[in-house]
Amino acid sequence: MGTAALLRERLQTTLGSRFEATFLTRKTARETLPSLAGEIPRGALTEIAGPASSGRTSLLYSLLAAASAEQEFCALLDAEDTFDPESAAAAGVRLSQVLWVRCGGNVEHTIKASDLLAQAGGFGLVAIDLGDTPVNISRRIPLVTWFRLRHAVENTRTVLAVLTQQVLTHPCSALKIELSRNRVLWRGLLDSFEVTAKRSWNHQTQERRFTVSV
Amino acid sequence: MFACLHAPGNLPLLVECAGYFSPLIEETSPDTTVFDIRGLRWIYGTLEQIVPEIQRRVGIPASLAIASNPDAAVHAARGIHGATILPQGQEAAILAPLPLYLLGGSSEFARTMDLWGIYTFGEFAGLPPLGVAARLGEEGVYMQQLARGAGNRQLRLCVDPQVFREEKELEDPVDLLEPLLFLLSQMINELCKRLYIYALSANEIRLRLGLERALSHTARLSLPAPMLDSKVLLKLLQLELNDRPPQAPVEKIRLELMPVKPRATQHGLFLPSSPEPEKLEITLARIRGLAGAANVGAAELMDTHRPGAFRMGPLTTAKGVILPLRPKLALRRFRPPCHAQVWRTDHGKPVRIFSSKGGGRVVACAGPWRTSGDWWTGEVWCHQEWDVEIQGMGVSRIYQDDLQGQWFIEGSYD
Repeated sequence: MGTAALLRERLQTTLGSRFEATFLTRKTARETLPSLAGEIPRGALTEIAGPASSGRTSLLYSLLAAASAEQEFCALLDAEDTFDPESAAAAGVRLSQVLWVRCGGNVEHTIKASDLLAQAGGFGLVAIDLGDTPVNISRRIPLVTWFRLRHAVENTRTVLAVLTQQVLTHPCSALKIELSRNRVLWRGLLDSFEVTAKRSWNHQTQERRFTVSV
Repeated sequence: MFACLHAPGNLPLLVECAGYFSPLIEETSPDTTVFDIRGLRWIYGTLEQIVPEIQRRVGIPASLAIASNPDAAVHAARGIHGATILPQGQEAAILAPLPLYLLGGSSEFARTMDLWGIYTFGEFAGLPPLGVAARLGEEGVYMQQLARGAGNRQLRLCVDPQVFREEKELEDPVDLLEPLLFLLSQMINELCKRLYIYALSANEIRLRLGLERALSHTARLSLPAPMLDSKVLLKLLQLELNDRPPQAPVEKIRLELMPVKPRATQHGLFLPSSPEPEKLEITLARIRGLAGAANVGAAELMDTHRPGAFRMGPLTTAKGVILPLRPKLALRRFRPPCHAQVWRTDHGKPVRIFSSKGGGRVVACAGPWRTSGDWWTGEVWCHQEWDVEIQGMGVSRIYQDDLQGQWFIEGSYD
C-alpha cells in the first residue's frame, strides 16, 4: 500500500464519518450507505432488493454495524450461508452481538427461525438474507408469511430487514430500497461501486446515488 | 457470643454437635470447633443454661468455652478443662494464667518470649503496648490483643457443598416422552424450590437417564445466564429430548441443577433493549433443532490469514469495543467455493469464466495476490486471487488453488 493510501486509511480511521465531509470537495462528495441505514424504520418491514454486486450486502452490513454500535443485539438469518464475518467486522459490525443462523440453503428453516426470533423480541435488527436464494424459490414464500413477520415486530423497536434479489414483500414492507449498480470503478485495483438506490416510502419514490468503496 | 468445643481427635462429632445449635461453624483445628450462639438465648435462656445443653448434646468429655469473640473462646477451651464462661470485659483476667504456647505465633516470637522469661498470657498482656510494637512489630501487637482476649475476627465458616440432585427409579419403564416430561417437571419443581430457599439459581442442567439393557442417556445443558424458572428449564429439557430422544425405555432418572448466585442486573431507562435470557435460550434451542447446533451462534474471527476462517461462539455484549463505522464493500462468500472454468491470456489474466453460478467475459480484473499458509500442518493452502468483473454477473473474487491447479469463485462483492 502506498504512502498516500496509508495516510488516507489512517485519517479515515481517526475521523470516521467526518472524513468525507472534511476532505472531499462538494463536487466529488457522495452520500454513503450509513446515511441510508439511518433512515430505516423500526417496528416495520424493510426490503432491500437488488441483483448481485449492487451494494445490498454492504447496506445490510451498515445496518448491522449501526445497530450493534448502539449495543443492540442483531440476528442474521442466512439462507444460503454467504455471510462473511471478516468483511462484516471490517465494516464495523460487532460480531459478538450478531446471532448468525446458517440455514444451508433451506428457505423453510430460514423463515421458521426468523419467525421465532421476531416473536422472541428484544433484538434491534432481525435480517433475513435471501440474496442468493434462486428467485423461483423465494417467490414461493407466501405473502401471509411476510404479513405475520411484519405483525410480529409491530409496536416494537426491532428493524426487520429482508434482503432479496427481486421485490418479494411489496404490500407488506413499509420501506423498499431497490439497488442497482451503475458502474464499477477500477483504479488499478477494485476501487468502488457506484450504486443507485430507489427508495419507496409512503407511496413516494426517491432516487439517490451512492458510492461504496473497498 | 461464640462457643468453642475442644476434644482431641473428635472433630466430626464436635462439628455435628455445633451444627445442632448453629449454621455458622468454623473448623478451627483438627480438635477444635467454634460456632456462633447469638440466637440461643431466645431458646435456652442465659449462658449458664446454654452450657449444660451443649454438654449434654456432645456426650463425650470435651472442653467448652463461651466468649464474646472466637479467639478468646478457643484459647479458654484449649487451656481450661470443663466448661468456662468468659463474661465480656473479664477475658484478660480469666485467660491470664494460661501458658503462652497456646497463643501460637511464629517460632521467632516463641523464642523471644522464652528469652524474655514470659510464660503466661497475663505476663505478656501486662507488657507496655508501645514497647511490644517497637520490638515485635505487627505480630506482637496482634498477639498481645489475643492474650488480652480482645480479638474481633469473623468466623471462617465451613461451607457444606450444596448438591441439588433428584433421583427416581421407576417401577415400570417409560418409553414415551410425555410421561417422562411429567416426571421431570416434578423433579425440576422440587429442585427449583430448594434453590429458591438458598437464594440460588441454576446455570447448568445435568440429566442422566438409566435405560433398559444397562444403557444410559446423558444430556448437559449449559445456560447462558443463571435461571430459576422451572417452566423454562423444563422447556429446554423438552427441546433437548425432542432433538435427541433416549434410545430405549427409561428406568431411572437422575437430574441435577448446578447452583450459582442469581444474576443481578439493573435495567436502565435509556439502555437498549436486549432479549430476555430465558426466552432467548428457548428460542435458540428451537432454532438449533432446525438448523443444527453448530450453525447457530455469534461468529468469531480466528487468528489466521486463511480466507473465511471463523468459529462460532456465544452471543455476548461487546463491552468497551469501539469499532469505527466504515462503509465498505462487502463480500458474499460461497460455501463451499464454487468450482469454475477460467480461460486466460498468455500473461495469465482471466478473460472468460464459466461456473454453476453463471459466467461470461471478464470486463476488468486486478491481481494476482498470492497467499498461502498452514504449510506446517496438514491443511496447507496456497491461493492466487483475482478480483474480476464479469459481464452480466457482477464483481467476484476468484482464486486458483495452486495445490490442486483448479479455479474457484470465492464469493461476490456486493
